[in-house]
Amino acid sequence: MAGLTPGFATQFAAGTLTAAVPLLLGGLGEQISERAGVLNVGIEGMMLAGAYAGFAVAYGSGSLWLGLMAGAAVGVLLALPMLLLCIRRAADQIVTGIALTLAAQGLTALLHHVSFATTYPRLPAPATLYGRFPLDYMALALCAGLAWLHRNTLLGLHLQAAGVQPAALDQSGINVARLRGGAVLTTGALAGLGGAYLSEISAGVFVPFMTNGAGFICIVLAMLARRRALLVLAGALLFGASQSAATALQLLGVDVPSDVVQMLPFAMVMVLLAGLGAGRLPAALGQPYRRGGQ
Amino acid sequence: MTRRARALLPFALALLLCGAVLLAVGVDPFEYGAVVLRRGLFSPRGVQESLSRAAPLLLIAASLMLSFRAGLWNLGVDGQFLLAATVTAATAPVLDATFGRAAALLGGLALAALTGAAWAALPAALRAWRGLNEIVTTLMMSFLGVSLANTLIKLVLRDPDTTVPQTLTLPVAERLPRLFGSTVHLGLPLALGIVLGMHLLLTRSAIGLRLRVLGESPRAARHMGLDVPRLTFTALLGSGALAGLAGGVDILGVWGTVRADWNPAYGLMVVPAVLLARLNGYWAALVVALLAVLSVGTESAAVRLGVPSYFNLVFVAVVLLSLGAARPRRV
Repeated sequence: MAGLTPGFATQFAAGTLTAAVPLLLGGLGEQISERAGVLNVGIEGMMLAGAYAGFAVAYGSGSLWLGLMAGAAVGVLLALPMLLLCIRRAADQIVTGIALTLAAQGLTALLHHVSFATTYPRLPAPATLYGRFPLDYMALALCAGLAWLHRNTLLGLHLQAAGVQPAALDQSGINVARLRGGAVLTTGALAGLGGAYLSEISAGVFVPFMTNGAGFICIVLAMLARRRALLVLAGALLFGASQSAATALQLLGVDVPSDVVQMLPFAMVMVLLAGLGAGRLPAALGQPYRRGGQ
Repeated sequence: MTRRARALLPFALALLLCGAVLLAVGVDPFEYGAVVLRRGLFSPRGVQESLSRAAPLLLIAASLMLSFRAGLWNLGVDGQFLLAATVTAATAPVLDATFGRAAALLGGLALAALTGAAWAALPAALRAWRGLNEIVTTLMMSFLGVSLANTLIKLVLRDPDTTVPQTLTLPVAERLPRLFGSTVHLGLPLALGIVLGMHLLLTRSAIGLRLRVLGESPRAARHMGLDVPRLTFTALLGSGALAGLAGGVDILGVWGTVRADWNPAYGLMVVPAVLLARLNGYWAALVVALLAVLSVGTESAAVRLGVPSYFNLVFVAVVLLSLGAARPRRV
């Protein structure tokens, strides 16, 4: 994005948004899962896998959109074991999430090594619409749509019930497993899409372990935002700002070491969590649901 | 199927899947496996390296046993480890030069444990007294710790005489004593003792029982009149201290220094080992030994066959996933 927008403030704003969109997509996805009572720790891996798949397909086909779709598809693919294990077999969500993240880290590192490690190809800057990549607008629209869904629709209510009192939802005739399964797959798709955005649009390049905790930040965003999708947006923008602040400072002539820059978002999370807390999480979050109370 | 055969199933599955992945990227899985085993186990140098590697892994296992038994997820092991390693690496050479070797080793280990505990203190306190989910906070602190360690090495603790940013180096002769003329250091028996001691503590002592009750049901713990916040805080702090100790042992025993951007990320690798062992210290020691072989072997294979050593994460992940499929219950 650099060079497109003259002026310090606009550049800062643009950088903020570019850094925020992957977090927004992932955070909205995680929010759906958490509402439904599934703590998806695998989102870090889903984003990373989406980043690799998105970059590889975009680079191979020359189409960013195809890459984004591939990223989302791979996110869903990685969410499938989560669905089978955590919802069908009531396996531990955290263990499964860790495993998925490890698998994605190992596999993408290997695939990167055999495909791009010697050349490190870059993607060209994307075509823009009114100065931004079109997916940015879509992500904002999605955020508004989900805000409405969580607040005003029956589906939003069902999601909440699946996270708070799954037994009651089951008694009212709703299939809890299917609802939670749908939530997990949606999270996978959004996380994969966010990851693909990260590699294709934000960075233009794939680097192993490039998500570097972005998925975990999405978990925090979802926890802090609870049912409000707009709060996910606010949080994502805050983190985006903290990331692009470093670039902005460098433009002002202040040299900030990159390790300090990397600490900023995590330090901010800790301050936010310590200050606001993440109380009133869905009561059944992390609990597998089995019919008949078992 | 017998129980024993079933316990081996995850490994078989993991081997099969990893082999398939290797085939897909054009690496002979049998050759790869042979290199991993030879360099990790069936060569004098390899087996010594693996035994040395087992020391920090065992301490991390003890750290995780403690926190998991109390129903707490300390997923910040990597940050605690690296920060403690950095502090030890920076201070031990100074202690060595001023007070001698014993002070360097004992002081280094103590500082490592303290650093690990200190880095776990904030998540522990937030969990204990504010009910804040420790999974998220320990993870965040882990990323923070890794970056902080790098910042410290590059800006504050840097050895002025090296081109690559790294801490001061503890001379080889001043590191942990080697055992029986091998390269295996004293950290191994120490770590083994701590894992088995942790096992006994958790299964045979009053504090172990309290932690178990807390882990099984915090509600029951409260009804028993236990001070749940304090117990929670102590368990997480202890877990952090052990993770820090792992960092100290690895530095004082093997590396002698920490380079910037070095992060072995042992933490999440040991999680499945501990879960597979169902928090049993004896089994954990056995599985960790396998992990050490895998870790050392894949590093050598990375150099020999050009498969990044991170590939061992896939093996660990598949074991973990098939474990989840086989046993649908927490621990």
